[in-house]
Amino acid sequence: MVTNTSLSSSAGGLEFFAARFGIDADACNDLLRLALEHGGDYADLFFEYTTQRMIAFENGSVRTASGGVVQGLGVRVVRGDAVGYAYTEQFDPESMRRAARTASNIAINAGDHTVRPRAVETVRTANRYPVPVFSIDESAGLTLDMLARADAAARRVGTSIHNVDIHLVEQVKRIAVATSEGRLAGDVQPLLKFRVQALSVRGSDRQRGFDGIGLRVGLDALGEDARAPESIAESAARRAILSHDAVEAPAGFLPVVLAAGDSGVWLHEAVGHGLEADFSRKRLSNYSDRVGQQVASPLCTIVDDGTHLTIQGAINVDDEGQEPQHNVLIQDGILRDYMHDWISARHYGRAPSGNGRRQDFRHAPLPRMTTTYMLPGEAQPDDVIRAVDRGIFCVSFSGGQVDISSGDYVFATDEAYLIEQGRLTAPLRTTNLIGNGPDSLMRVTMVGNDLRISDIGGTCGKSGQWAPVSLGLPTVLVDGITVGGTGQ
Amino acid sequence: MSVEMDAVLQAVDLAKRSGADDADAWLSTGRRFNVTVLNKEIEQLEEADSRVLGLRVFVGQRSALVYSSDLASDALSELAGQAIELAKLSGEDRWTSLPEEPFADGADAADLGLYDPEVFAQDPQTLIDLALRAEAAARGHDPKITNSEGANVSRQEGTIALANSHGFAGSYRSSSCSLSASAVVDDADYKKRVGRWETSDRFFGQLEDAELVGRTAARRALGQLGTRKVTTQEAPVVWSPEMARQFLDLLAYAASGELRYQGDSFLIDREGDRLGSPLLTIVDDALLPGRLGSRPFDDEGLSSQRTTLFEAGVFNSFLFDTYSARRAGRESTSNAGRSVAFQRGMTLGVSPSNLTMVAGESSPEEIIAGVRQGLYLTEMLGFGENLATGDFSRGASGFWIEDGALAYPVAEINIAGRIQDMLAGIDAVGNDLSVLDTLAAPTFRIGEMMVSGS
Repeated sequence: MVTNTSLSSSAGGLEFFAARFGIDADACNDLLRLALEHGGDYADLFFEYTTQRMIAFENGSVRTASGGVVQGLGVRVVRGDAVGYAYTEQFDPESMRRAARTASNIAINAGDHTVRPRAVETVRTANRYPVPVFSIDESAGLTLDMLARADAAARRVGTSIHNVDIHLVEQVKRIAVATSEGRLAGDVQPLLKFRVQALSVRGSDRQRGFDGIGLRVGLDALGEDARAPESIAESAARRAILSHDAVEAPAGFLPVVLAAGDSGVWLHEAVGHGLEADFSRKRLSNYSDRVGQQVASPLCTIVDDGTHLTIQGAINVDDEGQEPQHNVLIQDGILRDYMHDWISARHYGRAPSGNGRRQDFRHAPLPRMTTTYMLPGEAQPDDVIRAVDRGIFCVSFSGGQVDISSGDYVFATDEAYLIEQGRLTAPLRTTNLIGNGPDSLMRVTMVGNDLRISDIGGTCGKSGQWAPVSLGLPTVLVDGITVGGTGQ
Repeated sequence: MSVEMDAVLQAVDLAKRSGADDADAWLSTGRRFNVTVLNKEIEQLEEADSRVLGLRVFVGQRSALVYSSDLASDALSELAGQAIELAKLSGEDRWTSLPEEPFADGADAADLGLYDPEVFAQDPQTLIDLALRAEAAARGHDPKITNSEGANVSRQEGTIALANSHGFAGSYRSSSCSLSASAVVDDADYKKRVGRWETSDRFFGQLEDAELVGRTAARRALGQLGTRKVTTQEAPVVWSPEMARQFLDLLAYAASGELRYQGDSFLIDREGDRLGSPLLTIVDDALLPGRLGSRPFDDEGLSSQRTTLFEAGVFNSFLFDTYSARRAGRESTSNAGRSVAFQRGMTLGVSPSNLTMVAGESSPEEIIAGVRQGLYLTEMLGFGENLATGDFSRGASGFWIEDGALAYPVAEINIAGRIQDMLAGIDAVGNDLSVLDTLAAPTFRIGEMMVSGS
């Protein structure tokens, strides 16, 4: 895996705040001292400046164009198990100092929990998503051409395609993080989200199909290093048309084959959230106190890794200033470790794992996933489908949710097929798959050799905070999951 | 002239000077305080002021919406310039415009009871104590309750200000506060069961008692001990008020003017048709005093009103903002709402105000007693619906009903059906209207749904 460290993204992020707002190492040291003036074990500052443009392109023209700036500073003070948090949208010294003082109140009457902040020093980071020119800063002519081509490509797939809705989000998020442990890191995080929804109409039957990507690349990467807008649009249109022939999904407990790639959402729900260390630290998840135990079939090795390049779940540095890593969570079915933020790493006596993330400066960080996937196995993907007499083959999904206390999860299929005697037969209408994490993972009986990390990107919600993530999976057979259809 | 009105008027003026034919500016400012306690200690304490201004400009038949938190004159001037630039990107859209209907006359919002000075008059320690009491009541309710996710108290107050180039200018203040608690019990197979309960109101004195909130959370956790699956079958489903509120929210979304012009709802072209049981009446009302969804005018400045979505099973109306109304050849129902969403920036679209599924005649006990074998639904998980076709599928948990009584808790199952069939199949509606935030619904029963389990 090659990373370009010659142009540190950390430097780019830090230079932005210094040049534009006069926020430099001295300013950070000052604010950290203020944050810890009543005591505390740790403090951090999170500066953010995010520009964004959203274009909704409906039926051949721009239906809405919107954009704006989100900027601010969040100050966190940790004292024992307690967190004080304050934020401001203004970068003038008085507003920032006021935020630091407000956060510091958590430590009043703290007793002996006091630490002096270390002077901050810049941390060099890798540059996993270098984008020389941001499309959001350029004129939109090329963008509009691309949207029009995608629209046309979707319509060429069939005359039943009535509506084509395309959403394009171009975002550049600049951050700087300063911690009382002396870390000062910055980042420039581009994000491009391109999503197409097609509506096909046959008589009174209306069917939608969608597809999309979420990547940390420039617009010019589409069609080069990433899927072309036209092919994404065609895929959405094909799925819509296919859905006209979709039949009711069966109801009951059935074998499920998860296609490589987008099916990573199953892993994200079935085990990902359960392994975020705050839940285990507070003994709220069904994976609490289970390190060293068998929680999955021995075919399963599951990792979370923020060091991939250009995908949505890639980070150069987490939102606590820590480096991302390749974290093995489950090895050959045995639970090895959780994903940590600063607080849980301290609790468990581990080094931070690069999973401390926050939605924006208005939120304190939590352990969050980055890119979560299962390592490939030995099986040939075709053999996996052939191994099923009657079941479901799932290709794409519209989302899911998990109850981390019981481990029960749900996710909804989008493109899926019935398997009958080892062959794909009818396409199926959208349906839920419902299971329990450890139970489902123990039922993994085949793992393909075809790991694919999805380019769709996911938006993960937890405790009122959203985070961009990625997910992946090889072709996997789970020998039983409840399918929530209405058919027989 | 308040700071807020100053800012929106200035933004509109700058927009016109930058070349806009028309414009509106919407500003939301406020402050919030949030405390979570866990195991008798403060876990997190958070305070902040915030604000966001959204400026919408119209240049001929093109429009754009921009947003920022910087209200300084030079920043607003730059914002106006950006808005004009973005508007030039937009396609011409003959339906986009400021509303033409008469705007709200700036009537006093005081009649609606939206603001309680007591919310922020409370000392922070008072709020912390409420959370501690709620958690203690949850933990102390039964020795089997050994943990909680914490108890939380939050409060907000703020101002909405709106001005446009047709001469409308108005603002109103509002407040809200909430208290929630949770309880956790250990069940078999390393699973934990969580019970939660929440109270919220615009008025501090109207919050439910802290001990009651804690005990209710505890009871809801204890009730889940011994949870099992059931076999796949078709069965009646009784929806608890909490789940009825979620169904209500979903139906209102299907009735959104936006889905209508996107071609994405099974309700399209069905106004006037009987789609549901005669027991079903659903209303959206922005004028209910004290309710969290009430406001004197919507986010385009149109006077609040009441709209009937379903009347005795007949689908009556979509909810519209100006744009979706013009697409439909109708009038706005004053349901324009603005919000800032993750990775979507600020959007203006259709937003319900206070939704009510009108209460019926039966008691919840009667409704359950009328089921020989079926599900009493208390939680749903996931999002498995296709509003264009009406396909509905959700993960579910609750209690299995046997011979008219709750028998044992169930989970890891799924309920599915077509919403059209579900609406027609509502065969009982309860008299126990239950309100939380902007949603109010009673218990109701659907005669048959597919329940998937083992």
